[in-house]
Amino acid sequence: MASERPHVDAKTHVATTGHEWDGIEELNTPLPRWWLWLFYATIVWSVGYWIVYPTWPMISSYTAGLFGWSSRAAVNEQLERLVAQRAPMMNKLAQASVAEIAADPQLADFARALSKPAFAENCAPCHGAGGGGAKGYPNLNDDDWLWGGKLDDIALTIRHGIRAADDKTRQGSMPAFGRDGILKPQEISAAADYVRSLSKLPTPGSADLALGKKVFADNCAVCHGEAGKGNRELGAPDLTDAIWLYSPDKAVIAEGIANGRGGLMPAWASRLDDTTIKALAVYVHSFGGGEKDTGK
Amino acid sequence: MPACCNIATDLHDMMEGRMTLPELVTEASNIVPSGGGPVDDEPPLYAPRRNIYPQAVQGTFRRIKWIVLVVTLGIYYLLPFVRWDRGPDGPSQAVLVDMANERFYFFFIEIWPQEVYYITGLLVLAAMTLFLMNAVAGRVWCGYLCPQTVWTDLFYAIERRIEGDRREHMQRDAAPWTADKVARKALKHVLWLMVAWWTGGAWVLYFADAPTLVKDLATFQAPPIAYAFIGILTVTTYAFAGHMREQVCLYMCPWPRIQAALTDEYAFNVTYRLDRGEPRGSVKKNEALRKQGLPAGDCIDCLQCVHVCPTGVDIRQGASLGCIQCGLCIDACDTVMEKVGRPTRLIAYDTDDNVRRRKVGQPPVARILRARTLMYAAIIALVGGFMLYTLATRETLGVSIIHDRNPIFVRLADGDIRNGYTVRLLNKERVTRYLTFAVEGLPGATIDLPGVPLPPDGDRAIEVGPDQTRELRLLITDHGQRIGATTDIAIVVTDRASGHTARASDHFRGP
Repeated sequence: MASERPHVDAKTHVATTGHEWDGIEELNTPLPRWWLWLFYATIVWSVGYWIVYPTWPMISSYTAGLFGWSSRAAVNEQLERLVAQRAPMMNKLAQASVAEIAADPQLADFARALSKPAFAENCAPCHGAGGGGAKGYPNLNDDDWLWGGKLDDIALTIRHGIRAADDKTRQGSMPAFGRDGILKPQEISAAADYVRSLSKLPTPGSADLALGKKVFADNCAVCHGEAGKGNRELGAPDLTDAIWLYSPDKAVIAEGIANGRGGLMPAWASRLDDTTIKALAVYVHSFGGGEKDTGK
Repeated sequence: MPACCNIATDLHDMMEGRMTLPELVTEASNIVPSGGGPVDDEPPLYAPRRNIYPQAVQGTFRRIKWIVLVVTLGIYYLLPFVRWDRGPDGPSQAVLVDMANERFYFFFIEIWPQEVYYITGLLVLAAMTLFLMNAVAGRVWCGYLCPQTVWTDLFYAIERRIEGDRREHMQRDAAPWTADKVARKALKHVLWLMVAWWTGGAWVLYFADAPTLVKDLATFQAPPIAYAFIGILTVTTYAFAGHMREQVCLYMCPWPRIQAALTDEYAFNVTYRLDRGEPRGSVKKNEALRKQGLPAGDCIDCLQCVHVCPTGVDIRQGASLGCIQCGLCIDACDTVMEKVGRPTRLIAYDTDDNVRRRKVGQPPVARILRARTLMYAAIIALVGGFMLYTLATRETLGVSIIHDRNPIFVRLADGDIRNGYTVRLLNKERVTRYLTFAVEGLPGATIDLPGVPLPPDGDRAIEVGPDQTRELRLLITDHGQRIGATTDIAIVVTDRASGHTARASDHFRGP
């Protein structure tokens, strides 16, 4: 149907494409010229892109472009800028002691900000995102500390760990009184009842507290103290307070007495730099349970 | 159009053996119009750009447009230099968008980022005002106020000064290139670019202290982003006002499309009163017809209305997407009507309804107050009133609080329960304030602020600097008073000096 001469629509005076369906023709409407020029300009612009930026994939590499730009280099540049921007505060942090950091509000804020991602990456898997702890993993928010809650104590624990593969790590473990045949089952049961009574938890009427007290004095008091107040030198928990690392359930206490306990805190000195460890100590201390350095 | 039916009939004929295939093809190709047919007076729907050479015009609406142009551009170019005293710490610029410090200043108003809903309110007001203007008097925005119209008008004024009015300009454009033509064109573009550059320059002055920035720009000390924005706006102003002009209205702007759906028969639009104008004809012919008592219109078909139109439409064909209703055709037609001794306002602000009424011999009416306009006005009054009220009564002291997500609560060694919160204090005044905390809903509870060194005298007031916020960690410990797993509490902060308070509600949780 298309003839050599383009048909012109009578109504609009616009040439048609020659296509026609049931009397309906397709107009060959010209684009606004500015639109067309913009379109051409974008094509020219894209050619510029091919030349100056990485564009075409080759067999084993790609065309690098005249600007030599790469997204990796751009990230590195931004990281370098960030490091440079932080350098003054980082240097100050590196030279200050933990106590000095905590005493300087600006430095402490910086340390806390720096610690947030470090804590989330290294500590949160066991202690929880907010340091809330879990069964067997101490809550870092409360005011009960197994190994001490002052700034230096916390820094020491982070640096060398507890029962970790580190020369300066602190040891001390709960023996397995049942498994090793030191105590009989009824003695363990009585001791568990007695321990619950220390923190004023209810005990059944059938409990033999007298036997429990004797067993405690003979076996437990060495580490936990006569009154069950615990001993931070050995990481022996205070059994008289409201905080239980595992559970206040009698069965769980008895299980601990029978099989022993000994959770492990890794030594972070080998993985984190000293500045980060100091910052983390300040961060954890500020959760709310940190103990003051004065009035020891 | 019976073409389709013809083909169907022909096809039927062919099947019946009354027509051969070649015959059918010939028949079908004949029904395609081959151009040169009867020319309808409807314009092409689409066309390549036709250069528009609007003729200069004098009259009421031209004068209004000049006044609007001077006032709006004057405000735009000079407002950044208006000063406003905000004390020694505050910026002294009356209108300032301070990106770095996240503040917007407008004379006595200061907006913080969290109050950005005022912008939403302004947008609602702007939309409703646009609708109201449209319901009352059509495209007032397009014709007088739109930046595209105002700057294009300015660029046309420059163009006429350099290249002459319509006739001279058209003749020169058609003539071969001469030194004079090149010089005029070059001068025009230089002047356009200067206006465009000044436009971009004025824009960036709203984002920094204007006198300082002008000095920095002149000495090449200004931030690169300032030069970049001046460059971008120079290019867009030059392109939009100098080159694209009515194309922006025809192809790019959504408002003409929306406007067509919002207008009604009672809106005053720039209207050709066809009841008066038709049948159009030459002065002499219509004069003769009038003498014989035969129908004769006032329109003398002089095309002045078309020649002055900045978008090149013929108003006599009625309202259209291209007509920005600037009223210049009214001025042009009035001039002609005065010359030929006929009444003015053959083209005028009028309603479709009035055109119809005059045709049937009824007097014209002006129905400004109708459901549509009253509702727009009511929404404007409501939103505007609400915004003014909130602006006038807003607090200069604020506190917001977030409960710790992990842990939800902490049991302390003595069995007490402690909750942790992050608190942000807002001081929107230009003086340092000292704020004290209290907790409501939890009798006997104690408050701790770890990591905040407090004065040794036991005064637990927290310092918040002028026009600043401060974030704190707040610990609330309950000493056995708590009832249930969740207790509603409120944190109340009090300005020690003025006694002003702000409060934030949250919960205290336990096992």
